Amino acid sequence: MEGVLIKEQRLREIFSPETMAEIQRLLPRFPEARQKSALLRILHLVQEENEGWLSTEVMDRVAEILNIQPIEVYEVATFYTMYNLKPLGKYLLELCHTGPCAIEGAERLLEYLKQKLGIGVGETTPDGLFTLKTVECMGACGYAPMMQVGEFYHEHLTEAKIDRFLEDCRDGKVALGTWKLG
Amino acid sequence: MSRKLLLEHAEVPGIETYAVYRNQGGYRAVEKALKALTPENVLDEVKISGLRGRGGAGFPTGMKWSFLAKPEGTPRYLLCNADESEPGTFKDRLLMERLPHLLIEGMITSAYALGCRTAYIYIRGEYKWIIKILERAIAEAYANGWLGERILGTDFSFDLHVTPGAGAYICGEETALIESLEGKRGNPRLKPPFPAVSGLWGCPTLVNNVESLCAIVSIVNDGGEAFAAIGVGRSTGTKLISACGNINKPGVYEIELGLPVEEFIYSDEYCGGIKNGKQLKAVVPGGSSVPILPAHLILKTAAGEDRLLSYESLADGGFVSGSMLGSGGFIVYDEDQCIVRNTWNFSRFYHHESCGQCSPCREGTGWLEKVLHRLEHGHGRMHDIDLLVDISKKIEGNTICPLGDAAAWPVASAVRHFRDEFEWHVLEPFLSQQRNFGLAMEAVAV
Repeated sequence: MEGVLIKEQRLREIFSPETMAEIQRLLPRFPEARQKSALLRILHLVQEENEGWLSTEVMDRVAEILNIQPIEVYEVATFYTMYNLKPLGKYLLELCHTGPCAIEGAERLLEYLKQKLGIGVGETTPDGLFTLKTVECMGACGYAPMMQVGEFYHEHLTEAKIDRFLEDCRDGKVALGTWKLG
Repeated sequence: MSRKLLLEHAEVPGIETYAVYRNQGGYRAVEKALKALTPENVLDEVKISGLRGRGGAGFPTGMKWSFLAKPEGTPRYLLCNADESEPGTFKDRLLMERLPHLLIEGMITSAYALGCRTAYIYIRGEYKWIIKILERAIAEAYANGWLGERILGTDFSFDLHVTPGAGAYICGEETALIESLEGKRGNPRLKPPFPAVSGLWGCPTLVNNVESLCAIVSIVNDGGEAFAAIGVGRSTGTKLISACGNINKPGVYEIELGLPVEEFIYSDEYCGGIKNGKQLKAVVPGGSSVPILPAHLILKTAAGEDRLLSYESLADGGFVSGSMLGSGGFIVYDEDQCIVRNTWNFSRFYHHESCGQCSPCREGTGWLEKVLHRLEHGHGRMHDIDLLVDISKKIEGNTICPLGDAAAWPVASAVRHFRDEFEWHVLEPFLSQQRNFGLAMEAVAV
């Protein structure tokens, strides 16, 4: 009886058909038996589908798809900073605070964001809209300060730009982009 | 006006599309290589060109290529390092955003010379939109017969894919990049064996930076000698310098190697001088890992010669009075910047990015960050300054990969050149919280 239940659960795919199709498209890029190489990209894809974070269930399913041990997925998910291991707000604000951005006032903007959102780094606003995170150099040093939200870089960032951007987020006017090629 | 080998067509509208790129003479290098040159010919041209790796190490590309092992029956891989994450560096981003076909053309030509059937572009995950630009361009290249089976009707077949990282500076180190491409944590490998012998999936592998691979196109088109004719001494060709910090015109500039640093900083063609009419205090000329130099040492060498943007000139004086060209991440500091704070910031970066494999780096970067934090925040003690030097010496050279050195050099050089500013933070714990030290080495500048 128990065995049947497990089987039924496995049949119920937790990822959307589009995500599964995208995964199938990625695998042939690597030789037979080397398809673990697709892991990082698959994690980006499923994280996006899972509202921006990786749950154990999601990671276990990825391990199954790639025919590897769950630990092989966990160790990768915990190593790279772009993977989130707990739920977060709809808009993840990633503010760069490395040297060149710091010269251009990133630290001041971080204080501004904290005060404006009423949260600290790593926290989410009570309405579930925003999570604030600091990140290290994003390759936008000449256009500093900057923050990334979804696929997009917001460069030459100012307090006024932040105000406008947060409003746009609240009005649902901000696109986040996607890892799917489509 | 510097000659432009890489960015010549960067401003042409639509250059990121195949049709426009081809119209501007794109893919001629592939035609020439596949139809008129043997792989050995291409390798010879690259050797003659004197091209040196543009990712930071500056190792001669032709020599690196010649190390690639070629055992019968084993596939060889070409990897493009597009992990660009050295603070201050944002040049590869421009190349890939504007000229994705230049990179593809360079990779096809390089793969032909090296006998690689498959290549991957490993790009940092944060550059999500560039992944799309590259994949669109790759699809166009396949559709027009530049990728895939029997290119131009020859026996040469070649596949190219893009694969993303996920936020780890260490993956710019080539063996960490390979680990990451295999779907693992980015822990650098012990060497030997070098990737040229045993790299991706244990096969011979060559890892080159985006800019190096793009440079191959003009080397094949115009010959290695034409490339070598540009530049100075063993610094041949052009180089992208990404300039940022307190300057009037931050951005990416293609310069002929050998351009005087003073001209680069103050000429309107490049950085356009220091912002707000301030004084130059210091420069980190090659990405955050290379030693910082005070104004008088970045403009002139210790011997009083003009400092040039070249591998040799920037390194003149070793680590006593010189630095490195590195990745070309040129960070400029004006008189209002605090060197202690900046050094603390960079140490936090290296502590965050240490993969944790080697104790000297894992622990040492944390200690550096802690000590610098207390110095910057007015809790420092005089012996902390020597403690910093001591820690950095114990990291340097004692780790599997160069991240340890990269963490140690900025600290050691900051203390060497700006010791008075560090001491001031200890002697004036309250004042240093309220204002900046100003220009260091004022006494020396006489």
